[in-house]
Amino acid sequence: MSARRGNLALAVVALAAMLALPAAAEYGDVVLNKRSEAEGARPVVFPHWFHRIRFRCKVCHSELGFKMRAGANTVTMREIADGKFCGMCHNGQVAWAADRCDLCHSGKPGLRSGIQGGHATLGPGVW
Amino acid sequence: MPARLALVLAVALATAVAWAGPDLRRWLPLAKDGLHDPASPGTRQLQEPRDALSVLAPDTAGNQVRWVEALDRGQIIPRAAINAGTPVRLREDDILLNLHGGTPIVRFPHRAHTLWLDCSNCHEEIFVSRAGANKLDMRKMLQGQQCGVCHGAVAFPLTECSRCHSVARARSGTGPAAAVPVPTVSPGAPRP
Repeated sequence: MSARRGNLALAVVALAAMLALPAAAEYGDVVLNKRSEAEGARPVVFPHWFHRIRFRCKVCHSELGFKMRAGANTVTMREIADGKFCGMCHNGQVAWAADRCDLCHSGKPGLRSGIQGGHATLGPGVW
Repeated sequence: MPARLALVLAVALATAVAWAGPDLRRWLPLAKDGLHDPASPGTRQLQEPRDALSVLAPDTAGNQVRWVEALDRGQIIPRAAINAGTPVRLREDDILLNLHGGTPIVRFPHRAHTLWLDCSNCHEEIFVSRAGANKLDMRKMLQGQQCGVCHGAVAFPLTECSRCHSVARARSGTGPAAAVPVPTVSPGAPRP
C-alpha cells in the first residue's frame, strides 16, 4: 500500500514538473545597462524574439550597425534621437518613439549587461 | 484520503495534458522572468512571449520556436530591410564541413542563414569565404566564438548536435555515406 502511495506521489511530482514554468528569462534576451542606471533609468531589456518576428537579423546587425557581440555596442539616447541604432525604427513611425521610456527601460534595478536568456534545452537534445 | 486524492489529481492532470494536445511549451510572464521590473509601467504594456510564440512552429529548445520553419510557413513575415536601397542577398547552396572528423558531417545551409543574415555578418570577420579555410572548433563555439556567436545565444543552442552534424559519414570516413540531396559548393568556389 505504501509503495502504491509512493508511485502515486511520484506521478503527481512528474506531472507537476512537466507543467512547471521554466525559471529563466526568454532565450536571447539582452540586458543593456552600461549607462542606464548610472544615468537614472531602469536597465533596458532587449528581447530578440520580439524583434525577429518583425525584422530579420540583418536589419539591425547589418543595416543599423549593431555588432553581434553583446557588450560591443554603446548606444546613447542622443544617438537614438538622431535616428541611429534603435532610433532607426523607434522614431514613432516604424515603432514607438524614444519618449516611451518605460517600454524599453523596463528592467529590474541592478541587472548586469549581457545575454541573459537561458541556454538550456527542454527536449531530446539535452546533454 | 491522500492516496485517492493524489490519484484523482494525477488523472485530472494527465487528462488535461492529453486533451490540450502534445504542445507542452510554457513561457514565463514578463513580470516573472527575472529581468523585467514588475513595478515598471512598461512591463504591463509589452507583448507577452506566450502570446507571440505559442502560435509559431514548435521547438524544444531556445525560444521553443523553429524560426526558419515559421518563416517558410509564412507564420512570420519579418522585414529584410528598412531603407529602399539596401540590397537583400540570399545564397541557397550548402557546404559540407567536418569531412575528416569523428562526428557526423555538418551540412551548413546557406539558405537558412541568409534568410536571416547578411553575408557580411559572418564574412570575412568570423569566417573566411573559402570552404576548408576555417579551423572550426567546438571548444571555441562553446565559448561564444565561430558558430557560437549566435548558436547558444539567439539561434538554437549547441546541445542540438544532430541539427548541424546531420550527414552520415561513409565507412572510409572522409565523405558522406550517401549522396547529399542538395547542391554543395566545392572548395574555392567564387561568391555570387
